[in-house]
Amino acid sequence: MTLVDPELAARVLERALARGGDMAELYAESRRGFGVSLDDGRVERPQGGRERGACVRVVQGDSTYYGHVDGLAEEDLLRVAGSVSEGVRGDARRPAALAAIATGARHEVAVPPEEVAAARKADLLRACDERARAAGPEVAQARIGYAESHRQVEIFGSDGRVAADDRTRIRLSAQVVARRDGRVETGTDTRGGHAGWELLEDDPEQVADEAARRALTLLDAVDAPTGRLPVVVGNGFGGVLLHEAVGHGLEADAVQKQASVYAGRLGEQLAPSFVTAYDDGSRPNAWGSEGVDDEGTPTRRTTVIEDGRLTSYLYDLLSSRKDGVESTGNGRRESFRHLPVPRMTNTFFAPGEATPEELIAGVERGLYAVSFGGGQVEPATGDFVFGVSEGYLIENGRVTAPVRGATLVGNGIEALRALDGIAGDLEIATGYCGKGGQTVPAGVGQPHVRIRELTVGGTAS
Amino acid sequence: MRLEDAARRAVEAAQAAGASDSEAWAEESTSRRVRVYAGEVESLSDAGGRGIGVRAFAGTRSGYAYGTELTDDGVAELARAAREAAEVADEDEYEGLPDTSGSSDVPGLASAGFADWSTERVVELALAVDRAARSVPDVTQVENSVYSDAQGSVALANSRGFAASYGATQAWAYSSAFAGEGADLMTGMGVGMGRDPGELDAEAIGTEAGERARMLVGARQPDSRRCPVVLDAFVAASFMGFVGAMLSADAVQRGRSLFAGREGDEVADPVLRLADDGTDPEGPSSAPFDGEGTPTGRTGLIEGGRLLGFLYDSRTARRAGRATTGNASRGSYRTPPGVGTTNLVVAGGDLELEGLVAQAGDGLYVTEVAGLHSGVNPVSGTFSVGAAGILIENGRLGRPVRELTIASDLVSMLKSVSAVGSEVRWVPFGGSVKAPPVLVSEMAVSGS
Repeated sequence: MTLVDPELAARVLERALARGGDMAELYAESRRGFGVSLDDGRVERPQGGRERGACVRVVQGDSTYYGHVDGLAEEDLLRVAGSVSEGVRGDARRPAALAAIATGARHEVAVPPEEVAAARKADLLRACDERARAAGPEVAQARIGYAESHRQVEIFGSDGRVAADDRTRIRLSAQVVARRDGRVETGTDTRGGHAGWELLEDDPEQVADEAARRALTLLDAVDAPTGRLPVVVGNGFGGVLLHEAVGHGLEADAVQKQASVYAGRLGEQLAPSFVTAYDDGSRPNAWGSEGVDDEGTPTRRTTVIEDGRLTSYLYDLLSSRKDGVESTGNGRRESFRHLPVPRMTNTFFAPGEATPEELIAGVERGLYAVSFGGGQVEPATGDFVFGVSEGYLIENGRVTAPVRGATLVGNGIEALRALDGIAGDLEIATGYCGKGGQTVPAGVGQPHVRIRELTVGGTAS
Repeated sequence: MRLEDAARRAVEAAQAAGASDSEAWAEESTSRRVRVYAGEVESLSDAGGRGIGVRAFAGTRSGYAYGTELTDDGVAELARAAREAAEVADEDEYEGLPDTSGSSDVPGLASAGFADWSTERVVELALAVDRAARSVPDVTQVENSVYSDAQGSVALANSRGFAASYGATQAWAYSSAFAGEGADLMTGMGVGMGRDPGELDAEAIGTEAGERARMLVGARQPDSRRCPVVLDAFVAASFMGFVGAMLSADAVQRGRSLFAGREGDEVADPVLRLADDGTDPEGPSSAPFDGEGTPTGRTGLIEGGRLLGFLYDSRTARRAGRATTGNASRGSYRTPPGVGTTNLVVAGGDLELEGLVAQAGDGLYVTEVAGLHSGVNPVSGTFSVGAAGILIENGRLGRPVRELTIASDLVSMLKSVSAVGSEVRWVPFGGSVKAPPVLVSEMAVSGS
């Protein structure tokens, strides 16, 4: 262990249980990050950070008492354990002896980003800027961002559990603005993963090309149609639909509070039989992957929908204990300043048999939503909303004019039922997911899918 | 003064590492958070935090580093890292420390009464919020009721000799309630904020959550139409947050604001008056100085229907040949300063909500919007966002509706504001915004 000596961890746990509790846990973290961006043709805002800190929590019944502290000094860890224990009302308990370290799936990092000179990262931004501007004279502005992070975490539980994880993430993003007459449109693209600099060695400037292409395409866009239409959703970031419309409702905390439309529906046929979906935190080098989750449970692949039937929720330790099942390795936290809650890792539809062309060919009049700017769901009702960032009309089975300003609104349960085709081109994109004030990296993905009917809110009258 | 001292040491270290100028921002805080579910404490935290961020200049290039070590060695390492980072940046002739620094007099940022609130008392307050929400008729469940607070200090020092600090306290509570069941279940949120827990009305916060959920029970998808829309204060505040972001001189100078080049133009109906005020004693984002040590102030943004100007920090002000408005903003010590709003304040009008609804005639009262971050194009201002609310029929509130979108573009919306409500309140959505309900004479509503 490199952050906290196990002997000290044992004393912290003992102090945390000084007034009882079913479980105590010490979570220690060291995080380093570096980021730099290019905007308006200029490399700016280079910044690095280094934070260390810890969180101590004690669980008693349905109540959790916790505290966090910046730094990993012995006296601070013991003090926070003492102050957390004061919330508990009971007799002291002794933690179990600490076991050997669990690590879980490995995500190989060939070239640690911190070993690459900052000047090379700045050069990459400049190269992306050039590529974006080379896409056409209507490209008015490009903003390119580079970010890397390195998190080391250690988890010690009063049940003897000890786990460690070393997580390196890297991400390149491009936002390109195109302008024609009075019209201004924006296109974005990203590439990222639980990986090192090697992820950016193969033509990373494609990210700029793609963002520029999207912005330029939108210059020709017509107003989005309004009404109930068939929708073909693109692969990769199109998977944010599954993430929002279904995934959040499968997180066990929402389910157990009856704050999810999916509560009490395990085993039910919610989608056609050709639909299977996973949450997979062990997928090698994917953006939302880790070795162990933030409670020390090794990540794994969980089948959430199998042949259309709802097969599993996503659990952290507390919610799994309540349901008498194992944690699925979905206990995640933004940092040592937060409590772990059930969160998705990489969530995606399994590939099907169709091709994207076949899905589109079957639509007489509809919308092809290639990518979303983001989305939001109310898990209690399943109602969702998505902003379409790149979309086209489908007319007589063919993709025609680009549209702008389209929003999809609907309900997760209804959308699942209305799925009527899945292609084979699975791709996973890099998202950030917010829940309860915590933001974590989440992989979203899918092959192309078709939904028989969704409400499209457009601007065309 | 310990914090100010840490900031000074960081500046000295940065200068020693070869910075031509430097600045350090240090923070220290304690915070509590109580989450209640089903009448019981679900989680309770008591936490402490501290950190420092150093901005170092190499001429007109700037670099930043932050960390949680306030020791001599810790700040020295950060100072070196910031100075090294500056080597990566390109030259920017407008970059640099502000030409003048200082503090405004903003009374009441820290409440003396805060200390009277033991953890036991704030737990009681959170439980009371929860009880109030659960006692609203038709409320089937309360997802959670949360109380949280923070008591902290901030210090800033720079190599031109400025050093200052201030303390502030803040308390919030919110509750999220469900009413109805099955496919008819709807949610509602109640919020309250103040300088100490004594300013929070637990009963009102809980009741608001329950009532907002209750009035939407039985909501159906409406027909598509173009009609007058009343935005409630929560929703109006969220939209004003977007308008505020586009009035940043940084967005304007980088060609990312639809307000670029429109100073003095007519951009709104005269009934809509908007200002940014970093000195409002009640404002959650009020402070004596901004993120780079410039005194905060009040900046009129939209008056008499015209766009008065933009929000500046020292860099954007130099580039525009203007004076900074004290809007260098920091999310925390982890981010370097950049232009941002402080507290956006929409002036109240004469009509109570009932009057706005009556004036709307036939239309829609929107109480919830979703997907703002993906549904508003910050460059063009066009938007289409998910919404829920209540239909307005013959000047009165009628049946609830959901699964709809409202669409327009921000300037059209501002120009078609036809009345502003009198019930102004602070809302923690869209940043820190003080807003009343607003009547917009026409928007596109898409349903079935």
